[in-house]
This record gives sequence, structure tokens and C-alpha cells, in this order.
Amino acid sequence: MDIHEYQAKDVLSKYGVAIQPGRVAYTPEQAAFAATELGGWHWAVKAQIHSGARGKAGGVKLCKTYHDVQEAAAGMIGKRLVTHQTGPEGKLCERVYIEVAEAFEKELYLGFVLDRKAERIRVIASAEGGMEIEELAQTAPEKILQVIVEPAVGLQPFQAREIAFGMGLNIKQVSRATSIIMGCYRAFRDKDATMLEINPLVVTKDDRVIALDAKMSFDDNAMFRLPDIAEMRDLAQEDPREAEASQHNLNYVGLDGDIGCIINGAGLAMATMDTIKYAGGEPANFLDVGGGASPERVAVAFKLVLSDPNVSAILVNIFAGINRCDWIAEGVVAAAKGLRVPLIVRLVGTNYIEGRKIIENSGLPIISAETLLEACEKSVAAAKEHRAKHGM
Amino acid sequence: MSILIDEKTPVIVQGFTGDKATFHAKEMIEYGTNVVGGVTPGKGGQKHLDRPVFNTVKAAVDATGARASLAFVPPPFAADALMEAADAGLDLVCIITDGIPAQDMMRVKRYLMRYPKDKRTTIVGPNCAGIISAGKAMLGIMPGHIYKRGTIGIVSRSGTLGYEAAEQLRDVGLGVTTSVGIGGDPINGSSFLDHLVRFENDPETEAVIMIGEIGGPQEAEAAEWVSKNMSKPVVGYVAGLTAPKGRRMGHAGAIISATGDSAAEKSEIMKSFGLLVAPSANDFGKTVLEALKRKAA
Repeated sequence: MDIHEYQAKDVLSKYGVAIQPGRVAYTPEQAAFAATELGGWHWAVKAQIHSGARGKAGGVKLCKTYHDVQEAAAGMIGKRLVTHQTGPEGKLCERVYIEVAEAFEKELYLGFVLDRKAERIRVIASAEGGMEIEELAQTAPEKILQVIVEPAVGLQPFQAREIAFGMGLNIKQVSRATSIIMGCYRAFRDKDATMLEINPLVVTKDDRVIALDAKMSFDDNAMFRLPDIAEMRDLAQEDPREAEASQHNLNYVGLDGDIGCIINGAGLAMATMDTIKYAGGEPANFLDVGGGASPERVAVAFKLVLSDPNVSAILVNIFAGINRCDWIAEGVVAAAKGLRVPLIVRLVGTNYIEGRKIIENSGLPIISAETLLEACEKSVAAAKEHRAKHGM
Repeated sequence: MSILIDEKTPVIVQGFTGDKATFHAKEMIEYGTNVVGGVTPGKGGQKHLDRPVFNTVKAAVDATGARASLAFVPPPFAADALMEAADAGLDLVCIITDGIPAQDMMRVKRYLMRYPKDKRTTIVGPNCAGIISAGKAMLGIMPGHIYKRGTIGIVSRSGTLGYEAAEQLRDVGLGVTTSVGIGGDPINGSSFLDHLVRFENDPETEAVIMIGEIGGPQEAEAAEWVSKNMSKPVVGYVAGLTAPKGRRMGHAGAIISATGDSAAEKSEIMKSFGLLVAPSANDFGKTVLEALKRKAA
């Protein structure tokens, strides 16, 4: 789960991470008023969307008057912002963050990730902030500092100091950077983060060290113990179909093709998408109905898949372990009545004989398949025929 | 032979008296698994499925001599259950639970390091379908009837693709020694490599099929080890060729976030280390046959 910059800064400031004074605003008027309340001479108006690289996309404006702040906010709120991370459809900006702007001398990079290879938290830092770390890793890997945290004892101050000195800071700055690095680590650990990025971490003329931007992602699996983080979820930043699917405990990811997929198990779902492609078609979505799929869940799955207007055929592929094919078949038959596109069904595993019987006896024009490849080939052919018939 | 479990392995179920655990424990017993009891804190002294219930794993191990456990414990309590099993000295814990926080698994794996290697518990899972030694014993939730006894080892991140492999092997006249689901989470209790080592040492296993997914470095590490150490043919497959970058495909661990994470890259790495890669998930059976043929030639 992702949160907005202003929310991440709120979380981090409670762990002693230095940030600039700032306020969130939902309207241009609120933005201008926030600037008057904050005081100062210059303000940054920052679009709050779940994406990095906002600056290049016009999502960060430096303003010198309250009027400019209001104008800048008006130019962002209600608009979709397209960055290279959002995809061409962009993300809707519904709130802006007004922050007191300050001159700084240095831009640094500080990041934390849960490293799958080391199975530890990894701290990544560089004296070259502002640019993307992936880019830096490609062009100048020697400029990246890394530390692995031993989970039994956590990040130690000496490790934070090594990073701070490694970034070329003076002793005053090192002391401040160390407390920021330690604070970020504690927030990362306490809040089950999977990614935390301060880019840039800036150093001012008077040796202060400040988190100028902040990005945090959290482990969805840990939400049971993070009510404070869970309530920051912003559904407007998510694909509406994916958000709806998650309400029903289904995993849905929209894609560009025309063959809708309803499958049990994430691995089989991916492999089925791949086999559709192998058979010459394109999948419209990833959808895992999971174990214990009831007829109700199957009905929701059909509704989700059909909400994509590109869908020209639906493939249901179930290899039942915990699931029962007869149970799924009942759901499929109920959902298939009056279906606008061809339906291909493959049922294997627990109770498949009963399941296939229910499909056969339904009297509906359901196309059955035995193997994965057969199911995918039949789906590709059916989708093609459907498109031709309807001039799509 | 088989790996990890056989019909003699004494097994307990953690979270024994819950609905799902009860259902699957019954299936396991029917399959022939030597289930000797279970653990539910607060229900010690009772009987469940004609077997004793204990309050702690230690008490269960002391009374029954259990060597392996199947953990059916909800995510908030899963890490605790795994550490309890490790501390009680079990050889193996298989954890089915989906939804365990990754940092919990990080701490569990660190906790295991306190035991010397020869006394360290092997964790299989989480977020997996379990382990089955065909015709002998089952520690999981898979449909047992699709596994025909034979000579092929299966190790898979995905449960359903493991089923797919078992069925295709049966359809081409082959069978399975043991099938291990290592699970779809970013931090697994045990890796492809851990189980490939076991299959290499199992005299009955003639070839192995390794079914991976997008995300993480495991498949590449395993493939490199195979090229240097494995005498038996290994067939590879990686699901998620059509998965877009940065999107989580169901499994918490199935996301392309770094170089080398994609299915295309991993398949190439497997090929470069001499593995035979199944061109699609429809070709598991065929590709294993081909690998056996090449080995014989």
C-alpha cells in the first residue's frame, strides 16, 4: 500500500525525522490560506499523487506570493498528472501539499528497502540526490552506499554514521543525518514498510538536514496491526476495478488484451495469461479467485471481468485443490446466463467430473476444454470470431 | 525414497482444532499420513480426530515423538507458531497460511540461525499448497489423487502450477517422488535450491521440475547451483511473461521490481545454465520426457 508524501512526512516526523513546515489543502483557497498560516517568503506547492517524478510532470511549483500558491493549486487539483511512473492515463490529483521552501546547498539520496535476496532491510544512500537511484546504479554504482541491517539488533548508530560520513557531510551535519537515518529505520520497522525513499534529503547553509520529499510503501499483509496506516489508503489513486476486486478479496490487474481470465491461484493465472499469448491472443486481465471460491465470488469475478469493454471472450480455468469444481461450475452457470461474450471453461482437480456435468447439463453455449493449451486456443479463436461478428 | 516426508514421519498439526485444519487433517490422514496429534493452546488434554491435543508444540513432541508439523495458523500468530516449532526441535514445518507480513518472516528466518545447521528446522512455505510424497504422505492442501507415484521431483512457488505439473506427468506416464510448494511470498522459509539439494541426494528421484514466477533472485541462484552441482536433469519454467512491470500479480512476491525479476530474464538465465525450459505451462510433461531422453542418450 502506498501513501501520499504529506502522510509519509507526518509518519516520519513522529520518529524525529526533520521536515519543513507544511499543510495539506483540498482547494486552491485552502492552499493560499495554508501559505499565510505557514508564513515565510517562498512556498512549494506539490501535487499529492502516488507517484514519484512529479517535478518533471509539473506537479511541483515554487511560488513567491499567496496568489501564486492559489493559482498553482488550481492548476493541479482535479487534474490528472502523467509521470513516467503512472502510465499514460496518469493519476488524479485531489490534494496539494504546501510547504515552506528553503534554499539548500546539497541534495542527497536516502532509501530503505526490504531486500529479498538478503532477507534483510537494506539502507541505500548516495551523495548524489535528486536523480533516480536506478539511474545512478546503472551509471555510477560506486557512488551508492549500502548497509544491511541485522534483524536481531536492528540498525546501529555506527552504521548510520558510516552512511552520513560516506555522503561527505561535516560533523554537525552527520549528527543530524544520523538521527534522520535512525528515525527512518525505526519507522520502516515499526510500520512494516517495504520501501522508504527520501529523495532528496537536503543540507542547508546552516548545516540543517531535512527530508524534502518522502515516499513510503507498506506491506499489505501487515495492515491487521497498522490501523493508522490502513486509514491513509486513498482509493482514488488506485484502478477502480482493482480497488473493487480487493474489497471482495480477489486479486485483479487490468491489462490491454481482449480475453478475460478467471483463474484460481496466482501462478496458474499468470501461466494461463502466458499461454493465451503463446496461442496468439492477448489477456485482458489477471484475476485470481483464490481458494474456497464460492458461487458469489465467481459472480463478482464475472462482473469485474465484464466491466472491461475490450473483453471479447472469457476463459475460466480452475485446477481445484481446496476449491471444488462442482461448486465453481454452479457459479459459472449462474453467471453465464445472458453473457454477451463467448465463455470457455476448463475444470480440473477435486470433483471435476461433477463440475463438468453441471456445465454440460446447463444447456448454455459454454465451450469446454481439457488441457491448458486447448482452453487458451479455444479462447483465442472464440474472441477473434466475436470481434469479427461485432465489427470490433 | 522421497524427500522431507514419508508414510512413517510422525506429524502434528498446529492450529489443529480450527475448521480448515480439521478438514485438511482428515484428508491427510485418509491419504496415509502419520498424524499423531495436534496443538491448540488452551485445548490440551482433549481429543480431536481421535488424536491427542496439546497446549504447546514442546508437549506434543515430548508425548508423540513428532518430527514434522503442518501449521494452519492465522497471519498475526504465524511467526510465533514457526518459532515455537523451531524451538521444539521439529525437523520440518510446513506453513500454508497466506498473508504473513514479510518482516515477520525476516525475523523468523533470523531466529532459525540460533540453532546449529544440523538441528535447524526446515520451513516450507508460507503461502503454499504444502508437500506431498506421492502414495506415502501429504502435508498440505493439494488434491492427493492427481499425484501418481514415480521418479520426478516437483518444486514450485505456485500451488496450482504444481498440480498442473503432477497431472501432466501422469498423462505422459510419469509420476512424482515428492512435490514441494515453496510458496508465493517474497521471503520463503526455504528456497528452490534447498530442495534441489534434497532431490539430488534422493536415489529415487531421476529428474526435477522447478516452477518459478516473476520477482526475486531465487530461480537464478538455483539454476546456477544446478549447472555446477546437479547430476540429474532439471526442467525449468517461469510464469509471468505477460505480467507488466511494477504490478503485483496476486502473490505478494510476484512483482517485477528489479533487473532480473522478469520471466523472460529468468528463463534466459535458466537456459544459459543448461536447464531445459518448458515453453509454456502446457508442456511440463513433454519437457520432462525430453530431458529424460537426452539424459539417457
